[in-house]
Amino acid sequence: MELIDFIGIWIAAFLTLCIYSFLYRDNPFYRFAEHLFVGMSVGYTITISIYQGFIPFAWEPFWEAIKPFWPGVPREAGWSGLWKLIPIGIGLLFFGGVSPRYTWLIRYPSAILIGLGAGLAIPNVLRADIFEQTRGTVEPFASINAGTLSIWGILGAILMVVGVVCTLIYFYFSVEHRGPVNWLSKVGIAFLMIGFGSAFGNTVMGRVALLIQRVDFLINDWIGSFGALF
Amino acid sequence: MIHNKTILWVLTCLVLFLCGTFAFSQEPAAPSNVTAKDTPNDDGSSITITWDAAPEDSGVVGYKILRNSDAGEFEEVSKQLDANETKYEDKTIIKGKTHAYIVRAITDADASVDSQQTDAVQAKGQWFHTGKTPLFIAMLLFSAAIVWNIYNARSGKEIFVRRIPGLEAVDEAIGRATEMGRSILYSTGLGGVSGVATVASMTILAQVARRTANYETPLRVPSNDPIVMNVVREMVKNAYLEEGRPDAYNEENIFFLTEDQFAYAAGVDGIMVREKPAAVFLQGSFAAESLILAETGNSIGAIQIAGTDSEHQLPFFIAACDYTLIGEELYAASAYLSKEPMLLGSLRGQDWGKVILFAAIILGVFLELSGITWITEFLQRVN
Repeated sequence: MELIDFIGIWIAAFLTLCIYSFLYRDNPFYRFAEHLFVGMSVGYTITISIYQGFIPFAWEPFWEAIKPFWPGVPREAGWSGLWKLIPIGIGLLFFGGVSPRYTWLIRYPSAILIGLGAGLAIPNVLRADIFEQTRGTVEPFASINAGTLSIWGILGAILMVVGVVCTLIYFYFSVEHRGPVNWLSKVGIAFLMIGFGSAFGNTVMGRVALLIQRVDFLINDWIGSFGALF
Repeated sequence: MIHNKTILWVLTCLVLFLCGTFAFSQEPAAPSNVTAKDTPNDDGSSITITWDAAPEDSGVVGYKILRNSDAGEFEEVSKQLDANETKYEDKTIIKGKTHAYIVRAITDADASVDSQQTDAVQAKGQWFHTGKTPLFIAMLLFSAAIVWNIYNARSGKEIFVRRIPGLEAVDEAIGRATEMGRSILYSTGLGGVSGVATVASMTILAQVARRTANYETPLRVPSNDPIVMNVVREMVKNAYLEEGRPDAYNEENIFFLTEDQFAYAAGVDGIMVREKPAAVFLQGSFAAESLILAETGNSIGAIQIAGTDSEHQLPFFIAACDYTLIGEELYAASAYLSKEPMLLGSLRGQDWGKVILFAAIILGVFLELSGITWITEFLQRVN
């Protein structure tokens, strides 16, 4: 085993045990690992942001945009690149937060981002969560009409319609849930809980797999490296 | 006589042999009807090439697409396509240049034959995606319903909102933190500022901040995104100003932790176990860290009110938190807490949308059972 690999395994094992020590209680080892983790992740993110965000999307477009104005560069190289300064300028407004006097400037880029996000999300939500789901709920009934669906398929299609309709009623906010509406919304929440239960089990299985992976590292890689000591 | 017959047989065999040899040695016909057109309804980043399928017995086993730019040399731009393909979308074009195409048919004998060169074509972006017109109309109708209800709400019309238990506990949680002299911890999750759940979370936070401003309860907001942090600072500051308590606002309580998912979880866990907040709000978009946060909050005995639209994390919040806002309840929360006409009107408008959806499903079921399929065909076309 290479020395560098050996050191890497021991550092990883030490930090893993430091994090797991939180299961007992908060302690200096956990605090050390936590602060290291947070600090390193921030440093890593800043580096990534500079190389994958700032340089390609702000620094380089900025110099390209103002290049035609440098002495010796032919002017016909293009004024059209100047539009790139607009998003860069909007991004710079975020620095208004540095001074309490100009904090209000942040509202403009924030409004643009929120509006853009909502504008992009709404058509996708309409398409995927509403139109596509409605089609998926209704379509099996064409197969029932054609007589190509098995008895279990028919039951599944009916169950799907009942589930979707009752869940929709649960999320209806502007009427009081009383009488039949209350009953139907209770059926809806029952469907939701069944769905959550299966998702819970599914995810727990995934998490157990992650735990097994870490324990496997500790037993095979870390304890296995003890041999290199002697 | 026999001699003549023999000669006839020999001649027939010779002719057949020559015909067969000629037939098998012929190259396949070049791909016909090759066209190159700007792909409709895109941003001008692709050109679509079409051609007629070769006959099954032509020996063609595939096609390759060749392209030139501004009348330059032709070069291959695709890997070998299957013999049954008759369409290729070239997404590697150079914007602003004209491109002409040749479709090369490849035979099983490794021979190839090129089509005629197409006319040069330049891709252009379209401002309006004609295929999404029904989606656009649906959005307009939906927006009209919301605007109409906002107008009604602003005119003073009472809009009822059903009880949402998780939100009724907000005052209880803030009151408890105030009585115990402890802080409130509010996480907006991992979403960026343009995420719908994050926006909903920030509007709930503004309402929570109004209450903490009055009670002078410290409100701690560790943020996962620097932009979200800045927006949250502005919203909380405004809430304190509107309540007449700008002196109680402490900017340092809203701080950036890290963008990394699990480092964020480790950091928030550390804050929880050290500061022991009396109430923990986990509202927004969460991923695999949800249970780590919720379990730690549970272990310190805090009242926890969670809310997310991430379906896979809801089970963990339901299991580990005192109250959970499920999916759309998160979006309704700001209207419920603030009772602002604009938000209430918007909520009613969304409910109208659900009624239409409800009707479409019921109608669709009956129509499909009757053999009428236009609803599903329409929805298929929209997608």
